[in-house]
Amino acid sequence: MSLWSRIANVFRAGRLNREIDEELQSHIEEAIEQGRDQAEARRAFGSVLRRREESRDVQLVTWLDSLRADAVFGLRRLRKTKVTSAAAILSLALAIGACTAAFRLIDALLLRPLPITHPERLYAMSRSGIGFDGKPSSSDSWSYPVFRLMRAAAKDQAELIAIGYWTRTDLTYKSDREMEKASWQYVSGWMFGSFGIQPALGRLLAENDDLTPLAHPVAVLSYDYWARRFGKDPKAIGRTFRTGNDIFEIVGVAPEGFTGTETGTAVDIFVPTMMNSSVTRGDSTWIRTLALVKPGVAIEPLRQKLAAISRAFEVERAKGFTDMPRQKIENFLNQVISMDPAAAGSSNLQKDYSRPLAALATLVALVLLIACANVANLMTAQAASRAREMALRVSIGAGRWRLVQLVLVESAWIAILAAAVGAVFAWWAAPLAVRMINPPDNPARLALPADWRVLGFAVALTLGVTFLFGLVPALRASSVKPASALKGGEDPHSRRRLTHALIAVQVAFCFFVLFVAGLFVTTFERLSNRPTGFSAERLLLLDTVTEGSNQPAAYWDEVADRLRAVPGVETVAFAGRPLLSGSQSNNYLAIGGGPPMETLAFFMNVSPGWLGTMKIPLVDGRDFRAGDADPSAAIVNETFAKTFFNGENPIGKSFEKTYPRRIPLQIVGLTRDALYHSMRESIKPVVYVPFRRSDAKGALQPIGSGMIIVRTLSTNPLALASILRQEVPRARSEFRVRDIHTQQELMDEQTVRERLLAMLALFFASVALLLAGIGLYGVLNYSVVQRRREIGIRLAIGAPAGAIARLVTVDVSAMVVVGAAAGLALGMASVRYIETLFYQVKATDLRMLALPALAVFGAALMAALPAVMRAVRIDPVDTLRSE
Amino acid sequence: MSKSDSLQGSLDVLVLKILSRRPRSHGYAIMSAIKEFSDDVLSAEEGSLYPALHRMEEAGWVRSEWIKKDSGRRARIYELTAAGKKQLAQEQERWQAVTSAVNRVLRTV
Repeated sequence: MSLWSRIANVFRAGRLNREIDEELQSHIEEAIEQGRDQAEARRAFGSVLRRREESRDVQLVTWLDSLRADAVFGLRRLRKTKVTSAAAILSLALAIGACTAAFRLIDALLLRPLPITHPERLYAMSRSGIGFDGKPSSSDSWSYPVFRLMRAAAKDQAELIAIGYWTRTDLTYKSDREMEKASWQYVSGWMFGSFGIQPALGRLLAENDDLTPLAHPVAVLSYDYWARRFGKDPKAIGRTFRTGNDIFEIVGVAPEGFTGTETGTAVDIFVPTMMNSSVTRGDSTWIRTLALVKPGVAIEPLRQKLAAISRAFEVERAKGFTDMPRQKIENFLNQVISMDPAAAGSSNLQKDYSRPLAALATLVALVLLIACANVANLMTAQAASRAREMALRVSIGAGRWRLVQLVLVESAWIAILAAAVGAVFAWWAAPLAVRMINPPDNPARLALPADWRVLGFAVALTLGVTFLFGLVPALRASSVKPASALKGGEDPHSRRRLTHALIAVQVAFCFFVLFVAGLFVTTFERLSNRPTGFSAERLLLLDTVTEGSNQPAAYWDEVADRLRAVPGVETVAFAGRPLLSGSQSNNYLAIGGGPPMETLAFFMNVSPGWLGTMKIPLVDGRDFRAGDADPSAAIVNETFAKTFFNGENPIGKSFEKTYPRRIPLQIVGLTRDALYHSMRESIKPVVYVPFRRSDAKGALQPIGSGMIIVRTLSTNPLALASILRQEVPRARSEFRVRDIHTQQELMDEQTVRERLLAMLALFFASVALLLAGIGLYGVLNYSVVQRRREIGIRLAIGAPAGAIARLVTVDVSAMVVVGAAAGLALGMASVRYIETLFYQVKATDLRMLALPALAVFGAALMAALPAVMRAVRIDPVDTLRSE
Repeated sequence: MSKSDSLQGSLDVLVLKILSRRPRSHGYAIMSAIKEFSDDVLSAEEGSLYPALHRMEEAGWVRSEWIKKDSGRRARIYELTAAGKKQLAQEQERWQAVTSAVNRVLRTV
């Protein structure tokens, strides 16, 4: 028989025992049949029980058998204390589930290698330094000409791959009326080959597709898109679609699972970089540069080589920056170029969320530790009440290790059951969190497979947790001294010391979690309640384009007039883009023909009536008129007047834009400040210029795209969305609405990360507080039960209720204070790692400290109350009689 | 399974030998045979035979089978496997070597 049969025998031990017994019995009966004396036969046979044990032991795996016995026993014990077990399991389940969910997110976004042949050899290039706005900035974008130079230079050490930024693009397979959206990425033709990726259908892009500008209008679909859009129809190959004025032919489908290198987004259509019209421009940075390094190549020399080429290129280009402050050019050229491992891809989502996720994971881990401390306290308390059982086991010869195993197995039951419940929680919670960080039409698509990585993490976590809360109680239980335990007790303080230390740790972690959560919540609150300087209420933004070619400004006005006539519309205006869109356009200014100024000014094209529609008050001067066309008049904000005109009234004064050449503008109006491109920005000097543009000769230019901004009468502007969408092409058939948002959505989008952090941190803080409160309650309650006799005697000899309350709570309240202090120190020490996530919140703010302190002490009070009540209500007569 | 002190070794070789001569014997019969063949010299605690039998079964040297006896009781009978036969040959050889060595020592002293 094999190991397998010995394992199997563990689970049919009953039958095994019966068979052995039957065989031994038949031996003795045989002996008696042969005429031997019954007593003699039994004596000659020896101890039946011992023989059975010996036989059993050779026929099964003994450690497994004892484990099985302990598991059965442990489960029975858990069932006996249903309520406490359920509480322990549920609190642990919540913590384990949250940990696993956090791991799924972090793994999917930051750790999981791309499905390519050598992800470990992939590096992403980036440059960092002082930006044009004078603040530290970093970027991972390059222009194609410099990429081409770098690729040629690195040829022997690495293959450089250009990856455009992921965008949503309008395209159509049929007529212009049936436009649809797809996510789109320009990639180097040799990307697929270098990654060792094989097509699922047709062919992938090749180097040859990507050598001549605009020569190969071919496209490769992602598997997911092919399935979604074409139902996996092989006839998709060879079909064409149109985007803008270009027609592309589909040549193949990428394999399942590969959705590009921009983790957190999923590309639908890959096209060669050469099909981007910016591919020849040195001043347009629109690609990420990835480097697939050849085996054995050192990174640092390669980095230096590429940095030198990039710098030389920019130095050459900067010679054209004649009209720019010297220092800014220096800053620009002195950017440091780095190469970082990008096995998990390279994306903005990673950049934006790695720190928040790490912060959340820390909070979650602390919640888990709090839950573990609870269960450890529970197990310790149980171990105390089991001291006699343990002592008995030791007395009849159980080994210490067997006792450790006994208690650990029980802990493992709790952990395993908790992990099972937690897994369900994580299953549900991780995709939910991804949905929360999703702006409505820019879905972050994060693959969240529950595979061996997640399973491995969960198993390791469960084991770790088991040892964390089970080992100390187990060792304690096993070190029982039978003599003293059976006599009825040993030093009761030793046990309490551990319990108290755990309470202090719990309170410290709880305080820390509350503290950090408070900072995140305040950040979100301050950010979302920040005055914007305009009214976002009832504003609808219609991203509008003209088909075929740009259309005369007069046609745009026709569209606006038509929309004004729609019932429910209050006002209509145009702008080049909405406020708080996240994008910006800026320029250096000069005044009176002087040198360019150090501070950047920010520009935005707006139509007459835009200020009124946005409800940005005009302080002085006038709004644009129908006859104004850029470049001529300008309306500036108060910060602009402060920055460039020392706060004097700038109406009637002039200044010059410097790039690409000097163009004079005259200030006709002054407005109050309003936020320009992001909720977090400090107020910028802003110049509003007319929506209409004229060329050098003063002739009006046709316009191809713009935002129609509509303030509606109804409180829900989206109610009008579909009517307005249809109304635009009815006004002029060349016009089409690409997208509709509310201004509020844009603003919410900017605080998505803060909202996520605030909500999750608040949730974990509540859980932490709840768990710590339960823990405190349990410990206090248990100590009152344990000291019933002592309290009874004290009451009997006349101790006042206050003295009893003090007796019960004094140690624990000291622990709460110590824990809170430790939590505070922990918070202060670690807060600088997450400072970048805060907005106008200081960790040293007294309010930030008072809040968690109040919460912790309040919870402690609530938790202590029942125990104290129980203590002072003890009836001395009853208690002493029952002993 | 690799425990093989001299006593246990001797019990194993005895059991294997008996089973090679009288296949399909139950425990009591093996015990009686050992006594019989050794002229009552070898008689250990009878019960220790069973753990040895079960160990040899685990090792794959013998296989067992339950049969119904005439008396109506069930009995477990044992027989050698191919591996058991090989083992017997080895054990026998080893036993001979050990005893002849011991004899040589006894003679010289």
